[in-house]
Amino acid sequence: MTLLHAKDAARDSLVIRGARVLDPARGVDALLDVRVDEGVIAQLGADVQANGHRVVDGTGLVLTPAFVDPHVHLRTPGREDEETIASGTQAAAAGGFCAILAMPNTEPVVDSAAVLGALIDRAQAEAEVSVGFLAAISKGSEGGELTEMGELAAAGAAGFTDDGRPVVAASLMRRALQYGAVAGRTIAVHCEEPSLSRSGQMHEGAVSAELGFAGYPSVAESVMVIRDVALAAYEERPVHLLHVSARESVEAVRRAQADGVATTAEVTPHHLVLTDDALRSLDPNVKMNPPLRSTADRQALIEALRDGTISAIATDHAPHARHEKEVPFEEAPFGVTGLETAFSALYTHLVEPGIVPLATLLERMSAGPCRIYGLEAPRIEPGAEANLVLLDTEATWRVTEDGFRSRSANSWLLGQELRAKVRMTVAAGRIVYEG
Amino acid sequence: MPEISVVRDDLPPRQAERRHLISIADLTRDDVERLLATARNFENAVDREVKKLPTLRGRTVVNVFYESSTRTSSSFELAAKRLSADVMSLKATGSAVDKGESLKDTALTLDAYGPDVIVIRHPHIGAPQLVARVTGAHVVNAGDGKHQHPTQALLDLYTIKQELGRIEGLHVAIVGDVLHSRVARSNIQALVLCGASVTLVGPPTLMPRGIEAMGCTVSTDIDAIREADVVYVLRMQRERMLEGANYVPSLREYTARWGVTPERVRPGQKIMHPGPMNRGVEIDPRVADASDALIETQVRAGLVTRMAVLYDLLTHGPAAVPAELELEVAS
Repeated sequence: MTLLHAKDAARDSLVIRGARVLDPARGVDALLDVRVDEGVIAQLGADVQANGHRVVDGTGLVLTPAFVDPHVHLRTPGREDEETIASGTQAAAAGGFCAILAMPNTEPVVDSAAVLGALIDRAQAEAEVSVGFLAAISKGSEGGELTEMGELAAAGAAGFTDDGRPVVAASLMRRALQYGAVAGRTIAVHCEEPSLSRSGQMHEGAVSAELGFAGYPSVAESVMVIRDVALAAYEERPVHLLHVSARESVEAVRRAQADGVATTAEVTPHHLVLTDDALRSLDPNVKMNPPLRSTADRQALIEALRDGTISAIATDHAPHARHEKEVPFEEAPFGVTGLETAFSALYTHLVEPGIVPLATLLERMSAGPCRIYGLEAPRIEPGAEANLVLLDTEATWRVTEDGFRSRSANSWLLGQELRAKVRMTVAAGRIVYEG
Repeated sequence: MPEISVVRDDLPPRQAERRHLISIADLTRDDVERLLATARNFENAVDREVKKLPTLRGRTVVNVFYESSTRTSSSFELAAKRLSADVMSLKATGSAVDKGESLKDTALTLDAYGPDVIVIRHPHIGAPQLVARVTGAHVVNAGDGKHQHPTQALLDLYTIKQELGRIEGLHVAIVGDVLHSRVARSNIQALVLCGASVTLVGPPTLMPRGIEAMGCTVSTDIDAIREADVVYVLRMQRERMLEGANYVPSLREYTARWGVTPERVRPGQKIMHPGPMNRGVEIDPRVADASDALIETQVRAGLVTRMAVLYDLLTHGPAAVPAELELEVAS
């Protein structure tokens, strides 16, 4: 069954000429023409015939499999003032994504086939790019009773998570891993031991000591990572760790993978670029959970992204209404947007300075996240559905509040000048963005 | 009492872009010394029979207090009045805040009156920054959560300088609940900035991890206060203690191990406390009432220091009170 849903619309035919075609998963890196016939990649080569299609000049641009974001908050149902399926998927298209996975911590929580079914109907009516919906592990994500995972999986849940909250009870986590076998979907966890993170506003360290914030220590994350990996090993079931932020978590994942435990992890652009030093601004747009951590943590995340211990970039796109972020830092909700800036931010801060190779970044933004959830990865070869992004790595642009397609503008990059821009996104055979 | 002296005669004027006093971290040592010198000059004025200076006539100062306060709010109000400013003081209770108005909207409402200075105390870190972002006023932080209380640190420096003649090279021990104390954070920064050495003493559970990075040393042994020139006792912030957080097993045990008692201090050591005190908890009444205690001096210093802060934010003028100003007062 298909786990991804988008609106049904006419597919496009086009030829992209002279771009550097980069498909890291297939080892392709060459200047080529690509022809798409009614949404399907038809031909790859030099001097491909246009066949009357629209011709796009790709000279100087990079053409690569479109991105997949495994961690998005679409705020629907419940907070459509912050994001809708339409606005969130338009934002995704602008960021070069052909598919996204939406988290179930909405109002109501996606914990029944009825809520899930309504979301899938909505996506089929208005989603610009494909959306998959994760369902909750526990009813109301309250950490008590398991959801009807079998029925939810049959109704199209792409995975299970209580994201936004940790699975506090080890016994429930164990049952979720056991019962998850029935559903045949990935179990994803937000790792936070609440008795250690309590009231924590930012990473515990020298900066929190100076600013006077209650610290949210890295060990509050890593003890849960270690617990969940131990449970996954015991139950011989895979586990996916959402938005890891701490060096100790990375080390635990690396050990688990070396021991043969099916453990995967994702990391956000903001954790790869910023440290807790950014909190000195007291700008509510650098307040997130898990919090920005130390330089050593950031280095460990970058290293893990490079060597594949962390196999996916996840934006954790978390729109918030302007009035909810325009409050004293301590009162502000956690979370920042990220769909429209992810590639540019990472290109600017990791690829251009030579910290992470471009091919590695592209792999972790596309094929990497697909492997975690068992989705078919976008690929550039004849016969494949066209899921493409055309990138201009020479362009510079400024992030401004009025430049977003998202309904919210709580970006940590406001006012910053970034390198690299998405010029075109093709998702499920349709041109969904041109910029 | 040794005469306070301006360390340098050529203190530069305030930089035009510094519009607010939100954190000691935003100040240079020159800024601090200029403020202390200005406060010293105001000291002469407040001892006069006619205590009012015309300096800020026609200016408006708004005090907004979202937390209870006796010392700070009365001190700011009086400081503004002594400088002839118009003063409006608001408390969160009985205002639109009770009706759920956001801080931003309250700030915009106040800003419509065109105040020159907004003095704000708020239980949450970041509130003064928000007010500074959305209004055109100079913002003075009168305490934001556990973050900063910069005028407290300035008045403490003023008190120390007045009593001991200097700050550079002094050893100050800060004792108690550092974790929950904005006073501690502001004072560490201000003291280190002015060349004092700072030792923090208290239970390990009330010591923020990583605080050494601010340039101080940390001890859990109360004997570490013995070598200090100044013992600065922090209030046990009982109201900030989360239920069941287990920071200390009991106040009784805290007092037994870290209470500042006559046996633990030596003659000549100056004792300070930001108030309000919990007598018999963090400080023994005999210490609080001894002649080496500067606690009332601190309150008096609060007035002239806050006058200096208001003056400094609203004038680009010379480092100290100009001579003609004093003449004007005399006439």
